[in-house]
Amino acid sequence: MRLTCPNCGERDRREFYYVGDAVALQRPDADASDVVWDDYVHNRDNPAGVTRDLWYHEGGCGAWIVVTRNTVTHEVLGCELASKVKEASA
Amino acid sequence: MRIADKGLVDRTQRVTFTFDGQPVHGYAGDTVASALLASDVKLVARSFKYHRPRGVMGAGSEEANALITVGSGAQQDPNIRATQQEIFAGLETRSQNRWPTLDVDLLAANDFAAPFLGAGFYYKTFMWPKAFWEKIYEPVIRRAAGLGALSRQHNPDSYEKAFAFCDLLVIGAGPSGLMAALTAARAGAEVILADEDSIMGGRLNGDAGDVGGMGGADWAAKAVDELEAMPNVRLMTRTTVTGAYDQGTFGAIERVSHHLANAGGRPKECFWRIVAKRSVLCAGAIERPIAFENNDRPGIMMASAVRTYVNRYGVAPGKAVTVFTNNDSGHQTARELIAAGVHVAMVIDSRRDAPDSGDYPMVKGAEVCNAGGRKALESVTYRTMIGEEKVATDCLAVSGGWNPSVHLTCHMNGRPVWREDIQSFVPTDGMIPGMTTAGACQGSFSTHAALREGAAAAGAALEALGMDAGAIEVPAAEDAPYNVTPLWAVGGKGRAWLDFQNDVTVKDVKQAAKENFRSVEHMKRYTTQGMSPDQGKNSNVGALAVLADATGRGIPETGTTTFRPPFVPVSIAALGAGAQGDGFAPQRFTTSHKASVDAGAPMIEAGLWYRPSYYPAAGETTWRQSCDREVTMVREAVGVCDVSTLGKIDIQGADAAEFLDFVYCNMFSTLKVGRVRYGLMLREDGTVMDDGTTARWGESHFVMTTTTAAAGPVMRHLEYVHQCLRPELDVAMISTTEQWAQFAVAGPKSRELLNTLVDEDIDNDSFPFMGCGEITVQGIKGRLFRISFSGEHAYEIAVPARYGESLYRMMVAKAATMGGGAYGMEALNVLRIEKGFITHAEIHGRTTAFDVGMGRMVSAKKDCVGKTMSERPGLHGDEREQLVGLKPVGPVKQLTAGAHLFDVGAEPTRENELGYTTSVGFSPTMQSFLGFGFLRNGRARHGDEVMMVDHLRGVTTRCEVCDPVFFDPEGGRVRG
Repeated sequence: MRLTCPNCGERDRREFYYVGDAVALQRPDADASDVVWDDYVHNRDNPAGVTRDLWYHEGGCGAWIVVTRNTVTHEVLGCELASKVKEASA
Repeated sequence: MRIADKGLVDRTQRVTFTFDGQPVHGYAGDTVASALLASDVKLVARSFKYHRPRGVMGAGSEEANALITVGSGAQQDPNIRATQQEIFAGLETRSQNRWPTLDVDLLAANDFAAPFLGAGFYYKTFMWPKAFWEKIYEPVIRRAAGLGALSRQHNPDSYEKAFAFCDLLVIGAGPSGLMAALTAARAGAEVILADEDSIMGGRLNGDAGDVGGMGGADWAAKAVDELEAMPNVRLMTRTTVTGAYDQGTFGAIERVSHHLANAGGRPKECFWRIVAKRSVLCAGAIERPIAFENNDRPGIMMASAVRTYVNRYGVAPGKAVTVFTNNDSGHQTARELIAAGVHVAMVIDSRRDAPDSGDYPMVKGAEVCNAGGRKALESVTYRTMIGEEKVATDCLAVSGGWNPSVHLTCHMNGRPVWREDIQSFVPTDGMIPGMTTAGACQGSFSTHAALREGAAAAGAALEALGMDAGAIEVPAAEDAPYNVTPLWAVGGKGRAWLDFQNDVTVKDVKQAAKENFRSVEHMKRYTTQGMSPDQGKNSNVGALAVLADATGRGIPETGTTTFRPPFVPVSIAALGAGAQGDGFAPQRFTTSHKASVDAGAPMIEAGLWYRPSYYPAAGETTWRQSCDREVTMVREAVGVCDVSTLGKIDIQGADAAEFLDFVYCNMFSTLKVGRVRYGLMLREDGTVMDDGTTARWGESHFVMTTTTAAAGPVMRHLEYVHQCLRPELDVAMISTTEQWAQFAVAGPKSRELLNTLVDEDIDNDSFPFMGCGEITVQGIKGRLFRISFSGEHAYEIAVPARYGESLYRMMVAKAATMGGGAYGMEALNVLRIEKGFITHAEIHGRTTAFDVGMGRMVSAKKDCVGKTMSERPGLHGDEREQLVGLKPVGPVKQLTAGAHLFDVGAEPTRENELGYTTSVGFSPTMQSFLGFGFLRNGRARHGDEVMMVDHLRGVTTRCEVCDPVFFDPEGGRVRG
């Protein structure tokens, strides 16, 4: 598997550390309801198809990256810097 | 037997090797198989289950019979295909799966018990008694049935792993692969051409036809010369591409030095990961056998393999060869045999409309129905409309048609489709993104079609790469149509083999269907069809045709099993190259490593780091003696300990303080410059992640320490919090763990020691408890932190890593003059237990700030990672297991870590469990074992007695529950 780090270019997946769904970027307010926090910390979809998840370029520049990919075809559809995605959503 | 002046082997270089201890002569360029055939050795192996005599069947990696063991002792390699192993002087080879010898194999008794050993035999027979399976049945079966054996010794051979990159990967160097590589290389693309053979050319080296007005092998050699001279081409011979993976990544195994008498430092094999923008698959096709009674006799071979032995190796596999075919390629074999002067006894063609030929005797519409001769073929019997006839023959060349090698195209879940006209599965477009197929692997079997499609596939790849192929000239070559009439199995009562390597017969497949294992995947598992090392390369399609027939379905409806990587067996040694012994994990050494080793300290692993366990002094015979002395030394004088392994993260930026307020549960923005604070970090789910001290070096500059174990995860977490949660903060961070050598100097004489080395005056004003600042050590700028992990008046001193060793040696030498010295991990652990300090034994991923007694550190004035979730019901309160200290009070004085806690008098069962112990040590200061545990509602139970029960080590100790700070609870000593 190959991922394109926005800073470094295309790299082997062994340079990256995987964490999970990019929903992690949408951290609730401290006073949000228990249900919202429970969802944020524990509940994840398991889609057959397009998914967005967070990868860390640990063996490279240290960037956190939002990778859009298809879990069925294994196609990688896009790689964006997580900081840019977060700033755009703020 | 050799044919004079024929073949590509070098007749000027005679090579002698051994097979089962007997010398065998061959020539440079021979394989073990060709040399054995040249020496008229027919019997080369025993079959897997029935121990049937077997001979060489093919000429390539698909070989099902001729598996041998190469080498001896620790270096022996089992299950090497004799058809691929090149010979060299001194090569040692042995047959496998026989006892006592290949010729007299007593286990061949299995063959006579065959009626009882069919599909499902094990499942039905060895059902009971249940306990017999592991102890009796399995070991006996394993000894009788099997392949070659491992040496069971440490393998001293070296293996390698490597990456390669290219525009175009061409897989297979037959006519289509060579043409594709030439086309792409001439256009300037970076090309890798990989082929599993020792010479490139594929069937051009095994067949007699011309290409471009010259012999096929000559054309191939010329093409290879041209490619070799081009700087943008990498030719990889002896390299099998084993798997196709995501985003144009391929696995490939290169047999680097299996063919060399002296490897000259080269590895045995190299596992490649090849990354290609585009790929062209030119994997060719594998000829398939026809099943008939006793079709596994030594001397029965594939028709194309017979051509290869004649044309490439100059070897006649028999004196009177018979051909059995259902398609035109059998006739090509007969023609080429005759051209080489080998007698063709008869061609038996199952087709009534087979093409006529005047060159050799032929019978049409006939089928071979039996073969005679146990250890070597003596005759075959064929059946026509009018009856059965016997032909004396010592070699039968069989062709049941061709199976395109579609394997790699299926590695990403694609399914091949059935083509009725050629009776074969072929790949469809797009099964592997970026891959095009060409030639025989997509069912185009003529040489000209291969050349044409190779050029076209490269042209398409070049276009996709934005390059121009220019005018492509395809050389002239035969372009005969492929005519085949399906014939999978000849009817008859006896056993007819499908999977030679796993001893699966037509009868077994029919039996599976009869017992309702009708799905191809079920049949495969019930019969073990295709589950041997060759993965059924030449037998799967035949077996599923038999299954289709037995279940009354067509082949396309029956479907294929799934092809998965690897295409050929790959040794674990190659996949794990470099990971043996010390290479298993990276080793990290502190700057004081050598000094500690010099002092005789046993080094223990701490993650990837190595740290000193203790420093044995003269007369000490146990680690406890050293540990007790070192603890007392720190409490009474001074000790030095390397703490460089703790993570150090430099954090800078206008918002650095705000950032720390968010990652730590306690407040850091209020910390004054030149001061240090203990911090506790939570995970978002509210449990403790890590702890450590962080110093405020400047208004917008902090120096964080993490625990040794969590240095990497914390760095990752900080970057996560910044980039994913708070990108608006002006902060940046970098790990400086390896840039600074840092030493703890602890004990009442620590300041006295430092004042002999540090240029500045150190006193309570310049460095009060939890103060920090720059210092100079003999002209070198360093850092000093007055922090303590022992409860003593202590410091940590840091200098750039290159000065670490000399500073350490100086400090230890100085300490020795003051009644102190170095202390190791054991003493460090006891010191911190005495003082009630936690480590990852306590913050192990399931405990909260509340549990470890730091609930009040979670600041109410701000949000932080983990704060909201830490307030959940269930994460605090009486029901939680809370950190307590434990002291033995009964007759048993020992504590153990990982033991369970129970009320006195309670049965020590799971239901009654109230908690567990995490850290223990013998405290020479308190003259007692001390421990930490997590006890339900433990903070309210100080003074109570509980039972510690270690079921594993058989220790039961009555303990008093107490505060975890055993020593100097007022903290007067650290401020001293």
